[in-house]
Amino acid sequence: MKYGMPTLRPSVIPGFGITLGLTLTWLALIVLIPLSGLFIKTAELSFDQFWAIVSSRRTLNALKISFGLSLAAAVINLVFGALVVWALVRYEFPFKRLFDALIDIPFALPTAVAGISLTTLFAENGLLGAALAPLGIKVAFTPLGILVALVFIGLPFVVRTVQPVLLDLEAELEEAAATLGASRLQTITRVILPSILPALLTGFALAFARAVGEYGSVIFIAGNLPNVSEIAPLLIIIRLEEFKYADATAIAMVMLIASFAILFAVNRLQRWSEQRSRDA
Amino acid sequence: MKIDVSHVTKQFGSFAALAGVDLEIKSGELVALLGPSGSGKTTLLRIIAGLEWPDEGQVFFDGTDALARSVRERHVGFVFQHYALFRHLTVFENVAFGLRVKPRRRRPDEAKIRAKVHELLDLVQLRPLAERHPNQLSGGQRQRIALARALAIEPSVLLLDEPFGALDAKVRKELRRWLRHLHESINVTSVFVTHDQEEALEVADRVVVMDKGRIEQVGTPEEVYERPATSFVHDFIGESVVIPVSVADGALHFGGGRLALDSQGVHTGDARLFVRPADIHVGPPDDAPLKGTVKRVHGIGSARRLEIDLVPAYSIEIDASGTGATPGDLIGLTPNRYRVFAVGA
Amino acid sequence: MSVSVGTLVSHRKKPADAARAVRSEPALVRWTVVAIAILFLFVFLVLPLATVFQQAFSRGLGAYLAALAQPDALAAIQLTLMVAAISVALNLVFGLIAAWAIAKFDFPGKSVLITLIDLPFSVSPVISGLVFILLFGAQGFFGRWMQDHDIQIIFALPGIVLATVLVTFPFVARELIPLMQEQGTQEEEAAISLGASGLQTFFRVTLPNVKWALLYGVLLCNARAMGEFGAVSVVSGHVRGETNTMPLHVEILYNEYQFAAAFAVASLLALLALVTLVLKAVLERRLDAE
Repeated sequence: MKYGMPTLRPSVIPGFGITLGLTLTWLALIVLIPLSGLFIKTAELSFDQFWAIVSSRRTLNALKISFGLSLAAAVINLVFGALVVWALVRYEFPFKRLFDALIDIPFALPTAVAGISLTTLFAENGLLGAALAPLGIKVAFTPLGILVALVFIGLPFVVRTVQPVLLDLEAELEEAAATLGASRLQTITRVILPSILPALLTGFALAFARAVGEYGSVIFIAGNLPNVSEIAPLLIIIRLEEFKYADATAIAMVMLIASFAILFAVNRLQRWSEQRSRDA
Repeated sequence: MKIDVSHVTKQFGSFAALAGVDLEIKSGELVALLGPSGSGKTTLLRIIAGLEWPDEGQVFFDGTDALARSVRERHVGFVFQHYALFRHLTVFENVAFGLRVKPRRRRPDEAKIRAKVHELLDLVQLRPLAERHPNQLSGGQRQRIALARALAIEPSVLLLDEPFGALDAKVRKELRRWLRHLHESINVTSVFVTHDQEEALEVADRVVVMDKGRIEQVGTPEEVYERPATSFVHDFIGESVVIPVSVADGALHFGGGRLALDSQGVHTGDARLFVRPADIHVGPPDDAPLKGTVKRVHGIGSARRLEIDLVPAYSIEIDASGTGATPGDLIGLTPNRYRVFAVGA
Repeated sequence: MSVSVGTLVSHRKKPADAARAVRSEPALVRWTVVAIAILFLFVFLVLPLATVFQQAFSRGLGAYLAALAQPDALAAIQLTLMVAAISVALNLVFGLIAAWAIAKFDFPGKSVLITLIDLPFSVSPVISGLVFILLFGAQGFFGRWMQDHDIQIIFALPGIVLATVLVTFPFVARELIPLMQEQGTQEEEAAISLGASGLQTFFRVTLPNVKWALLYGVLLCNARAMGEFGAVSVVSGHVRGETNTMPLHVEILYNEYQFAAAFAVASLLALLALVTLVLKAVLERRLDAE
C-alpha cells in the first residue's frame, strides 16, 4: 500500500474538503441511509418475531433454495470456468476470440431477457428442453431451471478473475517443475492449481454472491412453487405485495448479512492473492 | 557427466537462434556460455536441459542420446534467472519438491526427505529460513534456495540461466564466488549462461563465447582474454581500441601510410587493428607507427585517459596513466601487443 | 570435436511430441478440454443469445416492428432512456468527485470508503428496491409526511431512478479510482505550480488522462441501468405506459403469453448488450495501449 500513514498530508492540490464532503453525502443519501433503514426496520421487530419469520417453513425453504442452488451453481462455474479459462489461455481453437468476448454476455444482457430466453430454450418444447425430455430430465419450472439460470449469471466471474492470473503465470514455474521430474499432471495439481487457487476461490465467491441475490433471470424459469422452487428474493417481493413489510425486511436482513460475509471473504481472498503474487 | 553437443541448429520463425553448434563439455567442468543477448546461449542451455528441442543435431550425455529423453527423464538441475520458486510452498517444501514428485517406488520416505532437505539448506546456509515463504526472502536468498531445489534431485548436470542476472552488483559478486566454491565441493558438471564477461572470466573453468547462434571461441578465461580467436571475441571481452586498416604487400596501411606493424598473416584487403587500451605506449612522435594530437584528457591517476585524433582523421581513447600529455600535444603511439583481423573475421 | 558421432547413435527413439512440449498436454486432453469448453459456452451463452433474436422474428418482421411500435412499448423505451440518462449522469459526476477525493489525497478510513462504494454490488437488486419502499412507501419512515405533501417517489419516476442509481452506484467510481491512484498527483502538482486553478487542472490534466476509463465505466453503468430488473420491479408499481421500463415491459408481455412481442422488446436490450460488448472490447484495447 502506498498509504502507510493514516494522516492528512498537506497537499497543493485543491478540493479535498469539498470532494470528500460531497462523496460522503451522496454515499450516505443513496447507499448508507437506505440500507440502514433496513437495519432500523429489523430492529423494530422483537427477536421472537424475527425468529418466527425466518424459521417459518416457507422462508427457510426459500433461503435453502437460494443458498443451496447458488452454491451448486458456483461449484459448476468453478469447474467449467476453470476448463474454459484453460482452453482460452492455453489452447487455440476456432472462434476463440469470439467466445472470449461472449463470456461477458451475462454481465451485459439484462436479467429479464436472459430469464425468458433460458425458459424458452429449456421448456419442454424448446430446443434443449425437447432434447432433454426423452431422458426424463425436466429443467424449466423445476429447481434444475433455477440452477441453469444461476450458472448463466455467474459464468463470467470465475473466468474473468482467473484469466489474468493464468496469463501472468510464469512459464518458468512449469519448466522448473518439469526439470525436477514432475509429470504434467503433477505440475498441474501441485504447481499451477495452487498458484491460481486464490483467484479461483475469489471467482467462486463472487459467482456465489451474485447468484444468492439474483432475481430477474430466475423467476421466469423457476416455476416459483412455494417450498420447492421459490427463491428468497421472490419471497421478499411476495411479502411486500402482501404488505407484510416485517417479513420482507427480516428475510432481506438475513440475505444482506450473508452478502456482507461473502464480501468480507472475497476481500480476504484478494488480499491473500495480492500477498502471494508479490514477486516471488 | 560429459556433454557432447553436435551440429545443433534451432530456428525460431525466421530467426536462427543456433546455427550449427558443436561443443564438448568435460565431466566435472564449470563452463560459462558468454555472449550478447540473441547470441543463442540460453537456447543452447535449454536444449541441453530438454526445455527446447533442436531442429537438427544431437546432444549426448556420457555418450547416450539425450534427445531421446524428455526433460523429466534427464535429471538436470536447472536454475532460472528469476528463481521460479513455487510461491505457495515454504522454502522447505520448495527444496523437497523434486523428491516428493518421484514415482512412488523411488520416492524416499519422509525422514529421508527431511534429512536431505536439511542437508541442502545447510549447504546453501539457509536452514533457519526453512519455514519461510519465498516472498519473505531477499533475491540472493531466493537464488540459493533455487539452487538447493535443483540439487535435491542429485542432478547429473547443473544448468544455470543467468543465475545472478536479477541481483544487485554486490550480492552478485558474493554469490558468484560462492558458486565457484560450491562447484569445487560438489563437482557436478555445470553450465551457466551469462552476458557478463567479468562473471564468466572469474567463475568458469572454460568460457564459450557465442555470437549470432555460433560459437566464436572456446577456451580458458586466460585464452579468450589474451588470445581472442576472432575480432568479435576481442571486441566483446575486455576493452579494445579498434583502428580500421588495410593489408597490402604483407604490411598494414592506415590513412595512406604504411605502418611498421606485422600484418599477422592476414590477406590483402580491409582489416582491423585491435589493441587493448593499456597496451599502447605513448612516446615522442618520431618513430612511432601511429601519430596523433591529444584532443582531451580526462580522469586522474590510474584512471587517466586520453582522447586522441589520429593522423589522419580517426579518434581513439586510450589509458594514459603514465604520461604527462596535455591537449594539443602531438604524440606517437606504439601498440606493444595487438591483433589484426580481416574485416568479417 | 573428439566424439565420433556414428558410434554413439544407438537404436534411437524420440520422445513423443507431447513429452517434448514441456508446457502442453497430450492432444487427446487438449481436444477434450476445448470440446467441453465450447459446448459449455455454446449452451449457456450462444444459444440463449440466439434464442432472443430467433423468437423475436418468429412471427416475421412485420409483427416484430408492430410490437415495437405499440404505444406501451414506446413509452417503456422512452422511460428506460430517461432513467438511464439521469442515473448515468448522476453516477458520472459522483464517480469523478469520489475518485478525485480518494485518489489524489491521503486520509484515514480510505479503504473503508472504497469498500462502502463497492457495497451495492453485493446487495441483491430486490433489497436495493426494498430499502426505498421502507423509506418512502406508504408505511415507510417518510411515507406519512410525503402523503401529506403530495410527493410521490415510490411507484413513480423518482423511485425508479433512485433504485437504478443505487444498483449502478459503483460502476464509474471503481473504474476511475485505481487508475487515478496509479497516475499519482505529479501532473496535477505540475499544473498548479504553473498557475492553473483547481478546475483548470481537473479539466485540462486529470480528465484527459482518465477519459477512456471514464467511458468504460459509463458504458457498463448504462448497460446495467437500462437492463436493471429486480430493483426497478420492486419500486415501479408496474403501471403500463407510465412506470414500466423495457425489462418490465418484457416481463408483462411474456406473462401475457405475447412471446414474440416480449422477445421483440428483449431483442433491443440484447442488441444493447452486444453493442456494449463491442465498445467494451474497443475501449479495453485503448486502455491496454495506454
